[in-house]
Amino acid sequence: MYVRTFRSPQNPWLPEPSRLLQDMERLFGAVWGPPGEVEPAGVFPPLDVTRDAGHFYVRAELPGVSADELRISVDKNKLSLAGSRSAPQAEGVSYHRRERAAGEFDRTIALPAEVDVEAVQAHYEDGVLAITLPLSDSAKGRRIQVQTT
Amino acid sequence: MKDNGEQLQKVAGSEPAEVVEGTRPGPRHAPAVDIFEGGDAITLLADMPGVRSEDLRIDLREGTLTLEGEVRDLRPEGAVEVLREYARGTYFRQFRLAETIDQEHIDAKLTDGVLTLVLPKTKAPAPRRIAVQSA
Repeated sequence: MYVRTFRSPQNPWLPEPSRLLQDMERLFGAVWGPPGEVEPAGVFPPLDVTRDAGHFYVRAELPGVSADELRISVDKNKLSLAGSRSAPQAEGVSYHRRERAAGEFDRTIALPAEVDVEAVQAHYEDGVLAITLPLSDSAKGRRIQVQTT
Repeated sequence: MKDNGEQLQKVAGSEPAEVVEGTRPGPRHAPAVDIFEGGDAITLLADMPGVRSEDLRIDLREGTLTLEGEVRDLRPEGAVEVLREYARGTYFRQFRLAETIDQEHIDAKLTDGVLTLVLPKTKAPAPRRIAVQSA
């Protein structure tokens, strides 16, 4: 459950292009009308997934999430990321801006092919989680030799 | 309260051109921030995932605080895109600081993609009584 997700900075005078808003505009701009009127219904964490012949590479932007608060699970082609990010606990302060997301997140994506669950590796650095998922042998496919007589 | 809220204001288009002009190609994103004020300091937290401390520039001049961070491209070479929900680029955001910030003692720390910036307020100068000399 998302308590707060990535939101565009709220500024009544100057619509500020947030990344998410830009992406939404790119995807839906023509459908949803002029930018700035869309309250983005964000997903957390935002992902970037690439692949080569033998691997999927997943990167997730998770700033301020410590590694022991992260739960990563893989089942066949399903990758789940769950965890939480706590809001700063400060007593007796007044907030000028509060834009950063906090709370629980739990997100599952389906990859286009099965992966070798035992060989998945994850690395967290500078607020970015990078996961390398080798394809399973069945997903890699096998080249069939055509026999000639 | 209103006064507090105006201590940190975003600069809306009044900054000089050389500050606004990006030095790198690619999109620029405004990082999400929390700004809160305690007794003797204003604290700013900014989400800048993918930025290393050597790629982060914090600049304070003439009361304008500029945050700029370059995101490293972590995509493996030769890989094909499957899903893309965020773009590589530069984080950029500016704030106007009130003059009551002790600009010499600003403390900045970048941990796990989150910048923590502590801006101590200057001590208010003690009221000084001006003696009027009589001739």
